[in-house]
Amino acid sequence: MMRFIPVREAILGSAILILLVLVASRFSGFVAPSNLANVFNDTAPLIILALGQMVVILTRCIDLSVAANLALTGMAAAMINVAMPGLPIPVIIAIAVLMGAFMGAINGVLVWKLSIPPIVVTLGTMTIFRGIIFLISDGKWVNSHEMSAAFTGFPRTVFLGLPVLSWIAIFTVIVFGIMMARTQFGRSIFAVGGNPHAAVYTGINVGKTQFWAFVVAGALAGLTGYLWVARYAVAYVDIAGGFELEVVAACVIGGISIAGGIGSVGGAVLGAIFLGVVKNALPVVNISPFWQLAISGSAILIAVAFNARSGRAKGRIILKSAEATQ
Amino acid sequence: MTDTATTRHIPDRLNSRAARIFKSWEALLLAVAIAIFVVNSFASPYFLNAWNLSDATFNFTEKAMIAFAMALLIISGEIDLSVASIIALASTAMGLAMQHGAGTPELVMIGLTVGLLCGAFNGVFVTILGLPSIVVTIGTMSLFRGISYIILGDGSYSGYPSSFSWFGQGYIYWVFTVEMLLFVIIAAIYAVLLHKTNFGRVVYAIGNNPTGALFSGIRVQRVKFILFLLTGLMSGVAAVCLTSRLGSTRPSIATGMELEVVTMVVLGGVNILGGSGTIPGVVIAAFVMGLVTFGLGLLNVPGIVMSIFIGLLLIGVIALPRLWAMAATRRKA
Repeated sequence: MMRFIPVREAILGSAILILLVLVASRFSGFVAPSNLANVFNDTAPLIILALGQMVVILTRCIDLSVAANLALTGMAAAMINVAMPGLPIPVIIAIAVLMGAFMGAINGVLVWKLSIPPIVVTLGTMTIFRGIIFLISDGKWVNSHEMSAAFTGFPRTVFLGLPVLSWIAIFTVIVFGIMMARTQFGRSIFAVGGNPHAAVYTGINVGKTQFWAFVVAGALAGLTGYLWVARYAVAYVDIAGGFELEVVAACVIGGISIAGGIGSVGGAVLGAIFLGVVKNALPVVNISPFWQLAISGSAILIAVAFNARSGRAKGRIILKSAEATQ
Repeated sequence: MTDTATTRHIPDRLNSRAARIFKSWEALLLAVAIAIFVVNSFASPYFLNAWNLSDATFNFTEKAMIAFAMALLIISGEIDLSVASIIALASTAMGLAMQHGAGTPELVMIGLTVGLLCGAFNGVFVTILGLPSIVVTIGTMSLFRGISYIILGDGSYSGYPSSFSWFGQGYIYWVFTVEMLLFVIIAAIYAVLLHKTNFGRVVYAIGNNPTGALFSGIRVQRVKFILFLLTGLMSGVAAVCLTSRLGSTRPSIATGMELEVVTMVVLGGVNILGGSGTIPGVVIAAFVMGLVTFGLGLLNVPGIVMSIFIGLLLIGVIALPRLWAMAATRRKA
């Protein structure tokens, strides 16, 4: 199975290259290094969230609450900044990450301790988190002039030619690359998703691993919440509405099997970059941005159909996850 | 509740204690519905008014129509998250046809046909290509609504023929609306289909053990395909009702409705993992959700706060019986 993954990444990588060449044939400025850096920076939140989602999907779960988590932590970070403008940015980031991790832990506990299907849990928490944003903000916006300059400036600060936002994405990719390949947690995530029964017999607590996967996804959503609000310098109830689907789309396009156990950090990153390039290329080639939703929907369907063909393993049990969690 | 008796012969995967709780689920739910009704009539003086209550049914009739088909789909072990997007696409198609001069019968036909086609599209991906329904319908959820956005952009359609408004705004007799009549008819059809026909038994069999069902000579994939068609068709019916009631179409129509439909089905006692559940349960769940949102609305609670209740309800109804069962086994040990 491992042999196929680089092939899949190579296909996706060349799809992105072909896309870039096609766009460049219409408008050569698109592939200028400075513009590509912009596209990457624009895609950075999607990359960070896709890595969190990847971990969750690998353990045979799904997290549809990441966008709502992002919006809630973003709003909280903005309101904290308004209330206490002097609070240093690292403290705000720490609060955002912890808040996000806590919300991920709520999802995780419900999946782990009560074995409620993840799709139900996260559909529920998705609406609950969105509702809470309305409750704490009273439906009002937090605008850029209310935020401190340090708060909005941090993700845009240019460091070695790239904004901090991009560096955080790159750093996250590296950390996840090491974590998935070299740590016990990373390997147990693959074990849990690949074969929960075998994972139990090797002494891995399946439910607990899923719990930590949700915590990781939540923490990254929290981090992105601050970065998102600071970058766009506005916070309101509906920020990143529907973004959870784009995150799942990035993972599915990146070859992460929704049945768990199959996927790679490189795949998730390329999946996110593919969507990011499409999103940024549409206006350049004069296609209405309204096409984007349909394009990402089609990309999910094509990718999942393609992955199922190439990854159909012999005699693997995909159903009956209920037995494994006992 | 004679209908539930038929399900008792089916061995499901739940242990006996949890099964017993689920068997009385409809009774419990009915008690909750009555309690909410009583609380509401004390909380607001406007609650016990025939016309207000009639208006309140619009909170759930359209969703419930989809929920009946979705219940069968979930019992069979699949799910369809694209229903709200099917409504958007069907409504957009109707709007487009209306602009080209289609009359009311054509509009209804178009709405239902688009619903069926979308259901068939989902069905092909799930049953013929063998892909997990959850990913397929997350994909089509973007695709169907995406097509609506491509057609409409930030615009909208309005000016439907006045005869078309009968479906969503018409009354049969006194306070009884056309949608209520549709709701009752569709509920009856699905109750018979699930609880009294061979097809219904097959749906349970597939949900409990797809492999066993296959070896019993059941054409599992064909039954699932039909269930996707039915869910698509019901979304088409809901699209006709909703478009007729609102009198306009926007690409954002019915956003997030899939969540409420799934909540309704799960609240009705349908096992989200498949294999058990009843139509009477879903009917009562529809009333519970309708009464809760109506009551909160009368108390000036904003819609987004109501969605917190819906989310809590969704998690709560699954979590509570499990906590209950866990506490019971702990006491035993």
